[in-house]
Amino acid sequence: MRIENAGENSVIGWFADHASVEVNESVMATCNNLEQSMGGAIIDLVPSYASLLVIFDPFRTHHAEVRERLSAAFERDSSSETITTVIELPVLYGEAFGPDLTRISENAGVTEAQVAELHQSIEYRVYAIGFAPGFAYLGEVDSRLATPRLETPRQNVPKGAVAIADRKTAVYPAQSPGGWNLIGLCPTRLIDPAAESPMLITVGDRVRFVEIDESQYLSLGGEL
Amino acid sequence: MAKVIPGFKVIQGGPQSVLQDSGRFGYQKLGFANGGPLDVESYYWAQRLCDNNTEATAIEILLGGVVLEALAGTVLAITGAEMPVTINGERKELWQSQRINAGDQLEIGFTSKGLRSYLAVSGGFDVPEFLGSSSTVVREEIGGLDGKALQAGQILDINNQVNDRILMLAESDRPKIQASSSAGAAEIVLRVLPGYQFEKFPEEKRQLFFSSTFKVSNRCDRMGYCLNGPDVSSGISSLLSEGICLGAVQVPPDGQPIVLLNDRQTIGGYPKLGSVVSCDISKLAQCGPGTRVRFSKISVRQAHAEILLANERRERTQLVNLEL
Repeated sequence: MRIENAGENSVIGWFADHASVEVNESVMATCNNLEQSMGGAIIDLVPSYASLLVIFDPFRTHHAEVRERLSAAFERDSSSETITTVIELPVLYGEAFGPDLTRISENAGVTEAQVAELHQSIEYRVYAIGFAPGFAYLGEVDSRLATPRLETPRQNVPKGAVAIADRKTAVYPAQSPGGWNLIGLCPTRLIDPAAESPMLITVGDRVRFVEIDESQYLSLGGEL
Repeated sequence: MAKVIPGFKVIQGGPQSVLQDSGRFGYQKLGFANGGPLDVESYYWAQRLCDNNTEATAIEILLGGVVLEALAGTVLAITGAEMPVTINGERKELWQSQRINAGDQLEIGFTSKGLRSYLAVSGGFDVPEFLGSSSTVVREEIGGLDGKALQAGQILDINNQVNDRILMLAESDRPKIQASSSAGAAEIVLRVLPGYQFEKFPEEKRQLFFSSTFKVSNRCDRMGYCLNGPDVSSGISSLLSEGICLGAVQVPPDGQPIVLLNDRQTIGGYPKLGSVVSCDISKLAQCGPGTRVRFSKISVRQAHAEILLANERRERTQLVNLEL
């Protein structure tokens, strides 16, 4: 792992120069180790694909100590005991709900139904959360579905939109601008401010998509 | 325990006035920005002048244009940008606490210097917390009242805990607001701790970055300040998205640096030269479009010492008691 100073009260560790399940698992294991070993001296931990940003309390520790602790927390061998949560997300696929579905199916040379099937065929890993609260980067989609981002992002992507960009897929937790390709809608609430743990998904979790029809979508609280 | 009572009615909310406590920490891994006051110095003094703990909820006022009607008697303080303040038409001083009675009208006019001021009230505004903080992040629609800026008609609750002390921060102890709100001759120097991909930027671009003058563009808000100047692009083609710390100076392919602030996205994939130290972020947050910006290097030891020193200086500063 390569460690550098990031800011006046932060350091960043890079685990590799590429993303992979193993690298990401190592990031998460290290993140958890560090949280346990440094506890209150940590203000924020920001894990991503292959890096971990550590923001610390400058009145309780300093760069040199955090670098040492990060290095010590570095977990090369992601232990098999890690408990993985698998989250199932229902999706209403269709051109009417995901206006880029047809284009993706044409590019891939498959039917729209097959796009939905291929999208459901993989148990995805949550590599990172960012861009917006609860926006989970899931990977990787079947290579046939890989589609570059829109050249001009949409002003308004609806809440619950299921989307693909390159070999990543995601569900928009709230209405926002966005440049990903839309293939359907998910009725599940990803953020619940009132709940004890307000976020449904965290880094390291697995996500499966399951097709539903319009009436199921509505009965699950989806809005059209 | 302080009793929660209706404190103010918003008659006019201004261009963007947002409720802020010290910030929302520990939730960046879930994608939540820190929020919190951009000019932490001015925010801190507003709290001290009200005898509050330094994490109480205050209002960050952008540009001015705020009118509030007091619904209860309390003590308040306004610090930061030079906005004209009146209570029932009578001019009041910034950087000192003021008594206000039920029925009084508080008017905060538009700034003549600086962009943001902080209105604190004795006991703090009482706002429901989300993930441990009241801070408003408008982009995420969370915190504050309904995740939005102040709107006319809203009632602001306060913790009724009136301190009778009327305090003032001596002029020599006040942070200097360096920029005017309009494009002027103001120039600020931001100290940058080299980090992230610093070594991967070509030597010539690094030199250009530290030797050139940039200008604050029109795209400057709580998320970040975009600067215009010479092209300091890295030539790094792709980068895996990584965590972004406060003050990070990221350089997109167009070579124009962006200083990322409190409401920044938590991760991103643009190359970064390093980060601006927090003391200087308070200064930058008071600057509007057209302000000239230069960068200088600071070492990690210096940066750490600066934080400790600044804190020590603040804590040792005695306020002037005006009613002895």
